[in-house]
Amino acid sequence: MKGTELQAIYVMWLREMKKFIRSRSRILATIVQPLFFLVILGSGLRSAAMPGMVGDDYLYFLAPGIVAMAILFSSMFTGISVLWDRQFGFLQEVLVAPISRLSIIFGRTLGGATISLIQGFIILAIAISLNVPILSIFNLLFTIVFMVLLAFTAVGFGLVIASKMSDFQGFQIIMNLLLMPLLFLSSAFFPIATNPQFPHIIKNLVFLNPLFYMVDGLRGTMTGINNYFNPMVDLLVVLSICIFMMGLGSYFFSKCEA
Amino acid sequence: MDIITTNNLTKKFDDLIAVDRVSFSVKKGEIFGFLGPNGAGKTTTIKMLITLLNPTEGSALVSGYDIIKQRDDVRKSIGVVFQEPALDPQLTGRENLDFHARMYGLDGDKRKNRIKEVLNLVDLDDKKDVLVKNYSGGMKRRLEIARGLMHHPTILFLDEPTLGLDAQARRAIWDYIHKMNKEKDTTIFLTTHYMEEADYLCDRVGIIDHGKILVIDSTDNLKNSVGNDVITLSCSDIPSLSKRLGEEPWIKNIKQHDSFLTLGVEKGEEKIPIIFEIARPLNITIKSISVRKPTLDDVFLYFTGRTIRDQEPESPLRVSARIHNRGG
Repeated sequence: MKGTELQAIYVMWLREMKKFIRSRSRILATIVQPLFFLVILGSGLRSAAMPGMVGDDYLYFLAPGIVAMAILFSSMFTGISVLWDRQFGFLQEVLVAPISRLSIIFGRTLGGATISLIQGFIILAIAISLNVPILSIFNLLFTIVFMVLLAFTAVGFGLVIASKMSDFQGFQIIMNLLLMPLLFLSSAFFPIATNPQFPHIIKNLVFLNPLFYMVDGLRGTMTGINNYFNPMVDLLVVLSICIFMMGLGSYFFSKCEA
Repeated sequence: MDIITTNNLTKKFDDLIAVDRVSFSVKKGEIFGFLGPNGAGKTTTIKMLITLLNPTEGSALVSGYDIIKQRDDVRKSIGVVFQEPALDPQLTGRENLDFHARMYGLDGDKRKNRIKEVLNLVDLDDKKDVLVKNYSGGMKRRLEIARGLMHHPTILFLDEPTLGLDAQARRAIWDYIHKMNKEKDTTIFLTTHYMEEADYLCDRVGIIDHGKILVIDSTDNLKNSVGNDVITLSCSDIPSLSKRLGEEPWIKNIKQHDSFLTLGVEKGEEKIPIIFEIARPLNITIKSISVRKPTLDDVFLYFTGRTIRDQEPESPLRVSARIHNRGG
């Protein structure tokens, strides 16, 4: 019984990996976009002075934010790919199998998280090759913990949206109306909480943004500059959000009928 | 022995009653068919039996397991071929089967052998490493049937197994269905809106319309209930002739549809002259008349008062209806 569930988790994961490796355009798109941000935006604004930014190299500030962005977009995509399965009818095949819904979700999330982590690592490697300073190897492991949590949270979020939506137009709206503002307000691209030029209301709004804690945690563990909170505080918040989002995703998915 | 029994199975979507207090049973080892037009409630009934939808009311036992309380046991004992292809187009045929086998807990060599076996059964062995998105409609169906059989289910559910296929592919699918029913003693539950399919495949047929079962019987008995022969005629004044013929005791049943009158009778060829004799004094001209053996079409007309209409198999309306249904 237990073996079957493990087998199912494995095969859900395997399927995600196979599909990822086969769709070259997806690999290309998800790497090229953050790469552009990192290289062009980072290099272009390299010596620009940002209000509220510590240090004088914008690239160092930006790199953790771009790692977060790459993982976020890629994970969302996996969550949303449930919609594809529904469109192609494949979801029915999965739902009629004698496998608990939890294993299905877990396998899928694992697959999605693996893919986005691969992409996150590629961006991380590029950042390091661009001379972005790294605190220490121990801190890098800590960074990976944040990357994993971010990946799982975003897949969970994607699953929630996918269970409630029936088409891809809705996904586009979510991306533009929810994800982009959240990303801009997460201090991934520029400092907010420490920026004296922002009105207080926006500064306070930042603390309600889950993405802020993820970006802040990544920054704190990766480069160790410009982070607002102690990474342990971020970790606590991010972990709670992750558990909540995974729970919500599983709940919605278990309710969905093919 | 009954392998499926339902008791007042009902499904409501908001105000629409898709399946209305349906009770029937399917015997072990038989091919049982649900015949009805699109929207009659066939797919909804199947979805309840395979545990994808919860019934609003009523209950059912599949393979001796309750479809609400023992979902996992039901799922283990059934194989399903859905109405729309439920394959992953980005995986190869073999990978799709491998995915399925692992989900159903087939291990190691057993899995490899079984994949080979079912691929041979549906003649797809040479196409097993082709991505499913490059398969034709008939190949997809065959692959799905192979997949449905993989874990040796006691019951195989087929929802419109030949929808949208050409005559040749349809015939091949029918042969596979027959084969696994005979060889493996797999009980088969299928739905269709093709008369000839129900006629060719099914031991017993249930006619379903507007969510209700109108009649269940063997195909032969159903056809006999209409009459040994069916006379179809068109004439200048259908209502009067219909009224006059209604008084004749030798006419088992009489139905009017479009511009035709259909009569169920015994010894049809002897009745044709009699009909002419009746029509002449009424000044009714008979334009055409034919006598033939009854088909399930006549049975359907007899029980529902209309003929089954074939709709476009994949019109956009159907797809959107499917998407809509999911929310319910």
